[in-house]
Amino acid sequence: MKLLRMKPGHGEIMLAEGDVEVAEEERALIAAFRRELDAGMWAAVPTETTGGRREAELVKSFAEVPRDAERVIFFPRAAGGSR
Amino acid sequence: MLLGLTTALLVLGALVGELGRPRMTAWAGRLRERVSERRALLVRDFTRVRGGPRELDYDPGRERRAEQRARELLRSCVNESEWAMYRDLGFLRVYGRAGERYAYLIYPHKPIVSYVPRTGALLSEYCVAFPDHSRPYGSARLPDSDDVLAKWIALAADEHRLIADANMHLPGRQVDPQRVRRDLQRLARWEREHDRALARGRGSEVVDGETDRSTVRSAAQERLGAGNVRAA
Repeated sequence: MKLLRMKPGHGEIMLAEGDVEVAEEERALIAAFRRELDAGMWAAVPTETTGGRREAELVKSFAEVPRDAERVIFFPRAAGGSR
Repeated sequence: MLLGLTTALLVLGALVGELGRPRMTAWAGRLRERVSERRALLVRDFTRVRGGPRELDYDPGRERRAEQRARELLRSCVNESEWAMYRDLGFLRVYGRAGERYAYLIYPHKPIVSYVPRTGALLSEYCVAFPDHSRPYGSARLPDSDDVLAKWIALAADEHRLIADANMHLPGRQVDPQRVRRDLQRLARWEREHDRALARGRGSEVVDGETDRSTVRSAAQERLGAGNVRAA
């Protein structure tokens, strides 16, 4: 699983990568996940339906991330634009 | 009379100029100081802290590279026909949760525009941004394609929340309605060509003429799948 973050002036950066079945790597992934959420990021998991359609779901904790997810993408929280 | 008046005005002007010269000199000095301060601020905007003193870190190619990475990420996340749409037209069209009754146009760094696909009537503009307040390179703005992807994800995952977070306006507040109507016409034309390409059984690269059979298959599956952002 890879944790990616969208970054201004850079595009995405990889925050962490690991196998969730390996305890140590899972701990590192969870720590990185929490850091991003604490920093105010939203986390999304790209998904694909059985029909091949691509979608995404927002997750609020690492426990909500499907174990077989390949990527979690972090991006800044939405804010209302100009009034 | 006129000559006398003109002479008097000239003399008066010269007198005022002479008397005001010290003030003008001081004002010009202050203006120079302000300009140099402003220049220093602009230079600071292009710098970042790297564990100590600020250093000049302006890289004119950074935004371009960032956008290339963002496009790859977008391409890897959205459906292939959506990617082709963005690549060819510069925006994404996604349907709302209620199916094809209404849809959104996602532009980079512009409000999301909702409209009725059947009639083309514009409904609203939803102003939403994803500012990264850490400003890693001086700007809080994501690359264009990342902004589009963030909107796509947010709409796909939680349309109601995104719309609730956004500031809603009537059409025309920020995005020119004429432009939107032109874009809808371009989209309709693009879809016709896309469908023709699908019918011919060759690639969906209708604009640049390349062939991509996997795109065709995926787009066809997508059309069969009712085409809303996310199955409700």
